[in-house]
Amino acid sequence: MNWAAIGAIYRFEMARFFRTLMQSFLSPVLSTSLYFVVFGAAIGSRIQEVEGVSYGAFIVPGLVMLSVITQAISNASFGIYFPKFTGTIYELLSAPVNFLEIVLGYVGAAATKALFIGIVILLTASFFVELSIAHPLAMVLFLLLTCLSFALLGFIIGIWATNFEQLQLVPLLIVTPLIFLGGSFYSISMLPPMWQTITLFNPVVYLISGFRWSFFGMADVPIGLSLMAIAAFTCLCLGVIWWIFRTGWRIRS
Amino acid sequence: MTTILSIRDLRKTYGDGFQALKGVTLDIQQGEILALLGPNGAGKTTLISTVCGITTPSGGQVSVGGHDIVTDFRAARSMIGLVPQELALQPFETVLNTVRFSRGLFGRPRDDDHIRSILRKLSLWDKKDNQITQLSGGMKRRVLIAKALSHEPRILFLDEPTAGVDVDLRKDMWETVAELKADGVTIILTTHYIEEAEAIADRVGVIAKGELLLVQDKSTLMAQMGKKQIEVQLNEPLTRIPEALANLDLAMGAGGDSLIYTYDTKAARTGITGLLNDIAAAGLTLRDVQTRQSSLEDIFVDLLKEEAA
Ligand SMILES: Nc1ncnc2c1ncn2[C@@H]1O[C@H](COP(=O)(O)OP(=O)(O)OP(=O)(O)O)[C@@H](O)[C@H]1O
Ligand SMILES: [Mg+2]
Repeated sequence: MNWAAIGAIYRFEMARFFRTLMQSFLSPVLSTSLYFVVFGAAIGSRIQEVEGVSYGAFIVPGLVMLSVITQAISNASFGIYFPKFTGTIYELLSAPVNFLEIVLGYVGAAATKALFIGIVILLTASFFVELSIAHPLAMVLFLLLTCLSFALLGFIIGIWATNFEQLQLVPLLIVTPLIFLGGSFYSISMLPPMWQTITLFNPVVYLISGFRWSFFGMADVPIGLSLMAIAAFTCLCLGVIWWIFRTGWRIRS
Repeated sequence: MTTILSIRDLRKTYGDGFQALKGVTLDIQQGEILALLGPNGAGKTTLISTVCGITTPSGGQVSVGGHDIVTDFRAARSMIGLVPQELALQPFETVLNTVRFSRGLFGRPRDDDHIRSILRKLSLWDKKDNQITQLSGGMKRRVLIAKALSHEPRILFLDEPTAGVDVDLRKDMWETVAELKADGVTIILTTHYIEEAEAIADRVGVIAKGELLLVQDKSTLMAQMGKKQIEVQLNEPLTRIPEALANLDLAMGAGGDSLIYTYDTKAARTGITGLLNDIAAAGLTLRDVQTRQSSLEDIFVDLLKEEAA
């Protein structure tokens, strides 16, 4: 393993993040606060409780997931798209590194940034609502796996994209709707039966459900299923990336 | 002499079916400077990209220091530094970070002294904390060179290193290249400036349409094909070459007011004294005398003409 290379990529990517640390810090604080004002105060006054949990607390796991997933995707996709755009990818391709090292560097940095944002949101939320975490270890595991797997997805999107519009396209058209419809702000059991069935085809449901279980000990789908879903998703992304580097798809002519 | 880079029947066909390299075979000796000349689209960049791992070869073998570029890519690529033709740099990074990154990427431990000495040598040290966007084109080119040198390569590829670089800087660059050569670095450069090849290369290769037309020692090449001409301008135009000069193999210049004598600079007797004596004896008066030496440029142009014919 070329650890120096992984470190170099990781540090280079993190440097960009630290340069804009204030931005990186303020925007999740602001958006979380807004969500609490809108969802917590306005809707929360009508829906007092969901399955024994105050609505304000109930939406926290979904809120964290929403930001973590979007951040992981956008950071990773931008991180690898930008070298393609500027042409600096020549250096990655001519360096003594293999695909795993490149992925570890870029995806590791993107996942770290997403994790940071997730923690900031959790802390911000704790100012608004009483938060208790039933299974802290599981919570951390879910958070890490989510950061990682969606950073992998972002990496794929970054390689696939041939312009800046496409970079926004997948998150905008697919990922964000899936997150909103994945029970971020409601319990699946609140939906009519037919919609409940349809919703089960949304992979994000398993993530949010599992993550929420780690907080409140209750879930829409069995926790084992949630773990399997996210593990399968991670493997799928890794497989696609392996294939990309083997064939040179969209990176090596 | 040991061969440090061996290219065997290298072929490259791009995805759209275009054949950019049609079986190039070339051995490069350790410590030499090879200049690759060729018109736009000849395949120079493709050749370099394929050796460096940026494009995948469609056929043939390349080994670097005995390491195959496909099966043993780590060892092969560790030895190579590449300065690309395009000014590809991340715009918002600082010079220092960009160069440090390159060293790390090639698996080398951090070494600030080494980076400092490179940046000093390339006159970039006082720009080290500037963002790339704040640099001029020539400076960006030097940042690319600094990046390529950051990991102490044994072979350096320079793809048109002096395109868009002013005369002073070009001379500096040639000096840098000479210093690297003195350190034992092997250098392969492409250029459209023939005088550049003439000034710094040990050997010259000419590529056209994906084929290597010739690789030769620069001095041999110039001696073999390098001819010198004397053009004698006359006060009175001629209609034909006088009988007395018929055995000298002269050509008449345009308009008949000059005579052109071609000779070999390496020959024991150039025959210049005789020529001038004979001209005087034939009763012609001279207005002016000029000499011309054919340069690599002429050789290059002739070669491409032959190829086209
Ligand atoms: N990615 C690509 N896909 C298809 N064709 C390509 C690609 N890259 C280069 N070519 C073609 O291959 C040929 C050789 O290109 P190359 O860049 O190697 O030329 P070059 O000798 O470096 O020219 P120049 O002096 O202009 O830099 C050209 O005809 C070019 O159009
Ligand atoms: Mg070129």
